[in-house]
Amino acid sequence: MTAPQQPAAPAERAFRRTAEIDSRQGVGAVARITRMCFRYPWRAGLAFAATVPAVLMQLAIPVILGRAVDSTLAMGGDSPDVRALVLIALTLLAASVLRGLFTLVQNYAAESVGHALAQDMRNAIYDKILRLPFSFHDRTHSGDLITVGMLDLEGVRMYFSTALVRTLLLTLLISVGAWMLLSTNLVLGLFALSFVPFAAWRSSVMRLTLRRTWLILQEKLGVLSQVMEENLAGIRVVRAFAASDHELAKFDVASKDALDLSHQRIDVRVRNTSAMTLAFFAAMGLVLLFGGRMVAAGEITVGTLATFLTFMTILQMPVRQLGLMVNAYARASTCGTRLFQLLDMPVEIDDAPGAKELEVTEGTLRLDNVGFAYPAAGDRRAVSGISFEAKRGETIGILGAPGAGKTTLMHLIPRFYDVTEGAITIDGQDIREVTLASVRQAVAVVQQDSFLFTTTIENNIAYAAPFTEEGRIRGVAESAQLHDYVLGLPQQYRTVVGERGVSLSGGQRQRLSIARTLMMEPAVLIFDDSTAAIDAGTESRIRGALRDYAKDRVTLIVAHRLASLKHADRILFLEDGRVVEQGTHEELLALGGRYTALHDLQMHRDTDVPDQTEDAR
Amino acid sequence: MSQTGASEPRDPHEDERPRMRAVVGSTRIEEEIFGRAFDGRVVRRIWEFVSPYRRKVWIAVAAVLVFTLSQLTIPLLISVAIDRGMVPGAPNGLLIGIVALFALAIGVNYIAALVQERVTGQMAEDVLFDIRRKMFSHLQRVSLSFMDKTEVGRLMSRLQGDVNSMLEFLETSIQSVGDIALLIGIVAVMLWLDWQLAVLVLLVLPVLFGVRVLWLTKARAAFMAAHEANSVTNGALAEAIHGVRAVQAMGRAPLNAELYSGLVGRTYRAQLRASKLAQIMIPIVDSLTGIAMATVVVAGGLMVVSGRIEVGVMVAFLFYIQRFFDPIRSLTMQYSVMQRAMASGHRLTEVLDVEVDVTDAPDAVPLGPEDDGSVEFRGVTFGYDPKHPVLKDVSFRVASGERVALVGPTGSGKSSSISLIHRFYDVQEGTVLVGGRDVRSVTQESLGRHIAMVLQEPYLFTGTVMENIRYSSHWASDADVIEAATAVGAHEFIEAMPGGYATRLEERGSNLSLGQRQLLSFARALVADAKILVLDEATANIDSYTERQIQKALERLLEGRTGLVIAHRLATIRNADRIVVLQQGRKIEEGDHDALMAQKGLYSKLYDLNYASFDDLPEAVTDADRAAAT
Repeated sequence: MTAPQQPAAPAERAFRRTAEIDSRQGVGAVARITRMCFRYPWRAGLAFAATVPAVLMQLAIPVILGRAVDSTLAMGGDSPDVRALVLIALTLLAASVLRGLFTLVQNYAAESVGHALAQDMRNAIYDKILRLPFSFHDRTHSGDLITVGMLDLEGVRMYFSTALVRTLLLTLLISVGAWMLLSTNLVLGLFALSFVPFAAWRSSVMRLTLRRTWLILQEKLGVLSQVMEENLAGIRVVRAFAASDHELAKFDVASKDALDLSHQRIDVRVRNTSAMTLAFFAAMGLVLLFGGRMVAAGEITVGTLATFLTFMTILQMPVRQLGLMVNAYARASTCGTRLFQLLDMPVEIDDAPGAKELEVTEGTLRLDNVGFAYPAAGDRRAVSGISFEAKRGETIGILGAPGAGKTTLMHLIPRFYDVTEGAITIDGQDIREVTLASVRQAVAVVQQDSFLFTTTIENNIAYAAPFTEEGRIRGVAESAQLHDYVLGLPQQYRTVVGERGVSLSGGQRQRLSIARTLMMEPAVLIFDDSTAAIDAGTESRIRGALRDYAKDRVTLIVAHRLASLKHADRILFLEDGRVVEQGTHEELLALGGRYTALHDLQMHRDTDVPDQTEDAR
Repeated sequence: MSQTGASEPRDPHEDERPRMRAVVGSTRIEEEIFGRAFDGRVVRRIWEFVSPYRRKVWIAVAAVLVFTLSQLTIPLLISVAIDRGMVPGAPNGLLIGIVALFALAIGVNYIAALVQERVTGQMAEDVLFDIRRKMFSHLQRVSLSFMDKTEVGRLMSRLQGDVNSMLEFLETSIQSVGDIALLIGIVAVMLWLDWQLAVLVLLVLPVLFGVRVLWLTKARAAFMAAHEANSVTNGALAEAIHGVRAVQAMGRAPLNAELYSGLVGRTYRAQLRASKLAQIMIPIVDSLTGIAMATVVVAGGLMVVSGRIEVGVMVAFLFYIQRFFDPIRSLTMQYSVMQRAMASGHRLTEVLDVEVDVTDAPDAVPLGPEDDGSVEFRGVTFGYDPKHPVLKDVSFRVASGERVALVGPTGSGKSSSISLIHRFYDVQEGTVLVGGRDVRSVTQESLGRHIAMVLQEPYLFTGTVMENIRYSSHWASDADVIEAATAVGAHEFIEAMPGGYATRLEERGSNLSLGQRQLLSFARALVADAKILVLDEATANIDSYTERQIQKALERLLEGRTGLVIAHRLATIRNADRIVVLQQGRKIEEGDHDALMAQKGLYSKLYDLNYASFDDLPEAVTDADRAAAT
């Protein structure tokens, strides 16, 4: 329960979603996502292939409508050519149906490429996150990683349909459409298309502005929810200081900040979309005016005019979507950059090439002149020059002030971090030269602050060995003095605990954590200050229950309470990352050094030495 | 790139149970998303928040109607232009006149759109922030027992998610007015232009509506399934990220990857299905539009030929048909939006309706500096649930300047007692007096200033060290803050931090040790400079060094103040002037250490057990006590 003792690593900000980081984009990521999309060549090809007829049908409709108007007008009042009309109507219907079908195929194939890509990426991200070492997770905010895995993934997923396919669609639609109009009538075509550049520009600017401000808004809303969340979680402090006015003032500041930006964003959106609409209608007005004159002068037919007008309405939406397309590229670029940064992150702690499984024979743990410095700490070593050997059945106690390097040392043995000096061996095999999985199998740590999974107690206990017998679960729970407590729960071993389940007290969590570690049957068992919240009586019962268990392995115990350690075969006293005293309890007391001082400090209330209580008073 | 595929996890056992133990993530129990589409009570409550903006609502509705009208006019003007302005021999000015009208219409359209969207958008945001503020400020006053019972996460999702779906509702509601107007307008104009052709064309409308509604029920199930699968997968990812150290330490990475891949596969299939359903509507709408247009071409064409209508009317029809679907789509969507909004609104009103049971009496007076620092319990009986009192007829008095330790096993009512001094709850019987006055007769605000409280778990806020120590004591200068920090022995480590007092504490001070956080919370109480200090001593086993520091700080903190301490440490207990021993809600002993030892009661028994702290009692004992107390 002590402080995080490592030097605070500089937080990895590369995965953060901020407007500032968002502006750094790379083209590389877009190219890479594009390549990845073609891992599904059939679906991608189908999406592109269907786009062409979908656009052509779309463009055919105004032409057919114009034809319909013209042929209607051409018919004499007394001889209606019903057949011709029906033929045109059927063509129109066929074009509409085909447009719908091809659009369906195009969209579905495009989205399925995205989903397939997302599926692969999700697995890769998950894999990567579980393989990246502790040092990576120390410096990376978990919330940032979650957004990479959720929001950035989404950005990449949408890329194929909203960026690539839409590019083809819009290019075809606008260029073929423009060519058709301009070749029919140059002047009128120019009028009809006059809104396109303006709308495309406004739409792109708008989308990019909205994207940037959206990220800023999210940051502001993040501040607001932090104010609310901290207030609710700390409501007792707030009440105790009668500080609700103070809190409301904080809320109002954060809230106003977000609200102002939110209003601004609405303004940007409204002004741009209205301007685009106005430009579109203005162009239509021009077509109507000049086209009307041409019709009156007999230069073009009414049908042609109708074609122009219909074509404009068809073009209106896609042109506005140009902004979405631009946005999709920008989004894919930033999301992809973050995502690939994660996927390309080197896994510093991994199996050496050709690594074999660790073979535990004697079960001897040896540390040879071990030293370690956190990557962020430069040369300042958290532990150095540590050597000791522990044989099967031995218990080693480790003691020291907060920050002395106890936890750091314990994290080196299961290879959570790699030593920067010296070596750790188990039965003569350097742990860096055997497979990581076998090391983790052989070395188990009961962590200081144990993470509980939101699932049943039995699933939590059996986490390391999910296919185990029911009886073993009970057995380890009994050893950890958890069994009686579990029996008192409404659903006993099926009770869900963790974040969204029954909340356990610190002591209960630690006992559960002990139980689940016992499950692993390791060669080296480490208690990393993991009994701090367990009362002395229960702790000694756990110790008693583990007496036999400990015979088959090396046990390392880090603790503050001397009572937890004094029975150890050897006690190491750490100071500034070095062993400054070592020996048995008696030897250390005889030494009259730091250990003795600490012993005296705890003495006046130490439970295991009742006869001294009077003196201490 | 992992290509594990959807293979089954290795499982040596045939029977089901052990297999079920291998899971990643958890099935999230989500709150109900859809409610009834209309709930009068909820709507009335929401209207309370909208009504300050009534004027804006009317403006927005008026603007949306004008907007719709101008939209309707445009095809009409085109049709008139074709039929009147372009015929050979038409006066030259006529076309210009019509185009001028057209310009007017688009001008009106532009302004109406601008007004409507801006007013609606900003008004909806304002309402959203108002609702959120109201809820937040309400939560500052509701009883603590409600807050204890309710998860912060759940409240936050109400303050955020639910408020957001209200926003969606408010925005789209006004849009819906426009959609309905547009649909009615289109139908009306068509009928007016030519009712027979209109009837023919409008035949597709009910079909379109029907198909859309049928589709919606099916599609919604698929969308929900995709959403659910997605959030389960994301939940498993979040679990992996938060629990990565545990997963690695226990060697579960390969198995978890396999299990996760199963979840991912399920999400993939659900999303594909949802996509398919979303897209299937496109050819249906296109076909129906095609049928309507074909009808106009044949029937309308014949009518034009026979001279019954003019060609411009036919063009107008073709334009209107292409506008059919948009309002129908948004209207059918509106149904889901309303259901979502009602479910959210219901949850919002639940929070807003939580009763505030501790309020200032109408004639409440402030406790002032002239009031002393005494605390007295007179025959206090109290239970969170009145049927199960946790304090029974407890009386004791702490004189101004005295230091009293409250001692007793877990569940004896110690924490409840200190909550009562602060009037977090009201007693059922008896009286709690502070400074000689009944806590119910003074203002809560002044009570808060009279009493400083240090809780067991130090709680810090995101912000600088300076802000955290000063907290709500606005009157304290920087020098006061530094003085307090120095007094409790925190100055040194604060100065050693990169920014000194301006260092920002991330995530509630997770970059500090427990001891350091404790010292900061002491400093905060010292700055508040109250006459009475109420302290719930930390139970956690802290290392001996830190503990000594904290004891020193505590001495400094209690200097010259009335102190009421829930004590766990023998050192603290022995330093108290008097000890009050509680058991199962009753005061059973009172006196100083020697007197209580002589009494040979619970205190001496606890003391003789010789545990390092009173909370180090074997948990078996305390569990039983807890069971008895609750």
